[in-house]
Amino acid sequence: MSDERREERTRTQVADVNRSLYDFTKSEEGYERYDDGLTPDIVRAISAKKDEPAWMLEMRLAALDEYHRRPMAPNWGPSIAGLDLDHISTYVSPRTKQAKSWDDVPEDIKDTFERLGIPEAERESLAGVGAQYDSEIVYHNMREDVAKQGVIYTTIEDALHDPAWEPVVHEYFGTLIPPTDHKFAALHYAVWSGGSFVYVPAGVTLDYPLQSYFRLNAAGAGQFEHTLIIVEPGADLHFIEGCSAPKYYEANLHAGAVELFVKDGARLRYSTIENWSKNMYNLNTKRSRVGADAKMEWVSGSFGSHVSYLYPTTILAGDRGSCEFTGITFAGATQDLDTGCKVIMNGADTTATVDTKSISKDGGVNTFRSSVVVGRRADRARCSVSCQSLMLDDISRSDTIPAMDVRNATAQVGHEATIGRISDDTILYLMSRGCSEAEARTLVVNGFANPVSKELPLEYAVEMNNLIKLEMEGAIG
Amino acid sequence: MADQLLNVSALSAGTEDKPILHGVDLAVGAGECHVLMGPNGAGKSTLGHVIMGDPAYAVTGGSITFDGADVTELTSDKRSLAGIFLSYQAPVEVPGVPLYSFLRTICQMRPELKTTARKFRQRVGEIADQLELDQSFLMRELNVGFSGGEKKKIEMLQLLLLQPKLAILDETDSGLDVDALGIVSRGIQAYREQVGGALIVITHNTRILERLSVDRTHVMVHGHMVAEGDASLIADIDANGFERFERALGERDEACVDCPGCPKAGDAE
Repeated sequence: MSDERREERTRTQVADVNRSLYDFTKSEEGYERYDDGLTPDIVRAISAKKDEPAWMLEMRLAALDEYHRRPMAPNWGPSIAGLDLDHISTYVSPRTKQAKSWDDVPEDIKDTFERLGIPEAERESLAGVGAQYDSEIVYHNMREDVAKQGVIYTTIEDALHDPAWEPVVHEYFGTLIPPTDHKFAALHYAVWSGGSFVYVPAGVTLDYPLQSYFRLNAAGAGQFEHTLIIVEPGADLHFIEGCSAPKYYEANLHAGAVELFVKDGARLRYSTIENWSKNMYNLNTKRSRVGADAKMEWVSGSFGSHVSYLYPTTILAGDRGSCEFTGITFAGATQDLDTGCKVIMNGADTTATVDTKSISKDGGVNTFRSSVVVGRRADRARCSVSCQSLMLDDISRSDTIPAMDVRNATAQVGHEATIGRISDDTILYLMSRGCSEAEARTLVVNGFANPVSKELPLEYAVEMNNLIKLEMEGAIG
Repeated sequence: MADQLLNVSALSAGTEDKPILHGVDLAVGAGECHVLMGPNGAGKSTLGHVIMGDPAYAVTGGSITFDGADVTELTSDKRSLAGIFLSYQAPVEVPGVPLYSFLRTICQMRPELKTTARKFRQRVGEIADQLELDQSFLMRELNVGFSGGEKKKIEMLQLLLLQPKLAILDETDSGLDVDALGIVSRGIQAYREQVGGALIVITHNTRILERLSVDRTHVMVHGHMVAEGDASLIADIDANGFERFERALGERDEACVDCPGCPKAGDAE
């Protein structure tokens, strides 16, 4: 990239956006699609197709029982009444084998990821890439020098077939988020498919991020990928996940699970740009267990989905562990996004910083829900939670629901929330320097989001600015 | 008066509940330097904002033409692109928007200022040096946490970058220390010399005018234009204040019939 191009991609300048970027679909013809609904037969079929160890099938069937035992509707949060699991296909597979080269990925799928810029990103700035299409990973590759350091980046399915790694998966899988956690965790464990297994050996630092991209192409389907990341003592990893889906009139469901183990003295940064289509029910569960002197960093941008329930959880188990959460949620028309985070502080001298932003417009609903629990042994734990909301009109809604449970007298916990609008003076100032009203508003909103986008790698910061621009154009044009 | 750059004719304007300007006339030729003076609450800032197109004020009569076109109904961005610039008394802070990319954005949207990244960087650097503005400011968020003097320098930076045909400086000198005032004055001079643009300087203070060669001086009281003269009027006001203009307006009371509450309307600025 020339110097000039690089400059053009500074964080508030927004390149032209192709509206059709995310909103295209590919034919499912010839794909393997299991019947809608949930039966032990479907679960057995998924397991048999993956040729899994017996313990995994047992876990799936137990989870299915758990799922059926639990009541459907939660009595809090956004309605999920539009979600009819009897008509959601839990497994849709493109008939293709996993490829290690983009050339071997079938043309229509490759075209999808090319439009999303994934192969280009891999060439430029990533240590490894996984790409999931509907229920299966279709591409997986990692740089050779990274592999030589002993880093494992593969699918859970492949790890289960490797005698060296099957015991490791068995040891960790489903321990941080048990199938009994909630109804959709139970559903996840019954039908999970795809996702990533990452293992970073002690002391290894990855200079470039690993990335997984999830694309849900099929209508009326669910995506249930499982991400299991183990960062051994003193190791350092940045993992990025991106998600998108085209728009359908039928409801789609995403119920993934992300289990992150950050051992003593290790660091993990987990970045997400989520742009599910607005018919998506995003009921995702993410959890991290952080050891002594270790650090967990979450960076999260949520733009899509019809309904989201998403509260990444950090358990600061060891002394002096720390957690930073930086997130932004953008709720437009028809969106009801219930997001936030949880921090459980059990170690002494642990610190947590939560900094979230939300933007609501066109009747969108944002609820920020946070929970901080400071355990009895967490002497001198310090936690600050900040939530800033920007309302772009009178019909949108923004709520903040912080919960704190502090059981140690030496702990310091603070919470601060502000809700604001764009002032007329700001719009006048920017317009009197030549910006149209729409440009002025986009500039202000991008500025509001800037603390989050500057935490993202440049390509993702640009993508996030583009998403904001798309949303803002909808607001005014 | 068709050859004037700016022609404000019989302009009346105000907020929803209060008329502020009453039949104001003001003509500024290309490249001329005009000074607008008046006591607090005279409506000077309001006139500046109405010329810029601030939607907080509704125009209830008269017109504004600029560069041969009627701009009375245009939004601020269109007026800016046509070549009007207003330097604010209290420039707003815009969190998260880096100053440098903001400057780039507002220049790139003007065909006559479009340039390469390298040339632009050079130009901004030169102007910043001229204004004794540390380059580290360019990477900071627009006006966020800047002192009053720094904000005014940023206004001058934009003035020199955008090279408007007409700049309205709304009390740009207020709240500046002697050093900052000197730098801002030099910035205004540079605008006059390098761009050759017209100026309307709104001020209470004659100090900022010392270095400028003033073509016309206008005096406003209670939303009325009450006097116009050459540069010598400034020294007169400096010595004798506005009292005689206020008295004169009081005698002309029929001018206020359509304006309930005037001339005791209070602070309009």
